[in-house]
Amino acid sequence: MAINEKDAEGLGGLRRRLQSALPPMKNREPRRDLWPLMRQRLEASPRFAFPSGVPWFDWALLGFAGGALAFFPRLIPALLYHL
Amino acid sequence: MDVLARFAAGDAEAFEPLFRQYHREVYGWIVRIVREPAAAEDLTVETFWRLYQSRSRLDPAGNCSAWLRRVATNLAIDHLRRRRPTEPLVAEPAAEREADCVVEQEMQATIRKAFGELPPRLRVVAQLRLIEEEPYQRIAESLGISLSAVKLRMFRATRILRKKLEERGVKPWP
Repeated sequence: MAINEKDAEGLGGLRRRLQSALPPMKNREPRRDLWPLMRQRLEASPRFAFPSGVPWFDWALLGFAGGALAFFPRLIPALLYHL
Repeated sequence: MDVLARFAAGDAEAFEPLFRQYHREVYGWIVRIVREPAAAEDLTVETFWRLYQSRSRLDPAGNCSAWLRRVATNLAIDHLRRRRPTEPLVAEPAAEREADCVVEQEMQATIRKAFGELPPRLRVVAQLRLIEEEPYQRIAESLGISLSAVKLRMFRATRILRKKLEERGVKPWP
């Protein structure tokens, strides 16, 4: 759908109205140096991260299996037999 | 090797120069959408945090500026969605001084309120095109949509805005 001629003619007036109420904010600079804020954000991030691409469910399954073997060591021979 | 290539290759030390190279441009883009300097600062940091997290997937030969602008635009739209539409939009103090008569000030407040009530995805297009006078192509790239989709959003935004303004007794074209 394209803007028809009537709309195109009206945009100039609408633009002037909008720009008088909400002046353009071009060429704005940050009020302060943002690098310290960025560094804080980086330092607040968790140091440990799961290797990307491995679904969380796989990690949960691995944890569950590890826990089961720790609590029930007799399962280890059965597991080795089936591997 | 330029700073983006170094960062994409895993050199964490390259992140600060990369940040310093692009952060003003990113801030300038975000503040044009959200019109709040404090929010724009936070969103700028968030944009670069996304860049940092994506370092292993970055294309060293890619257009970092365009990538950042696209992420920044999405974050700015999310911010507008979270913001209540009843909160008044920020005007420049200078603009308020210029509007010397009470009637003019009231009309400008009505326009700001009506504009703030636009759905964020339409408002961003109207903001960037009508107020900031950005080219359609640049808006389309920043939103990750086609040129015709931007024009359609623009058409819908102006139609809604005109209706709202007429309902409140403001004729949008002098």
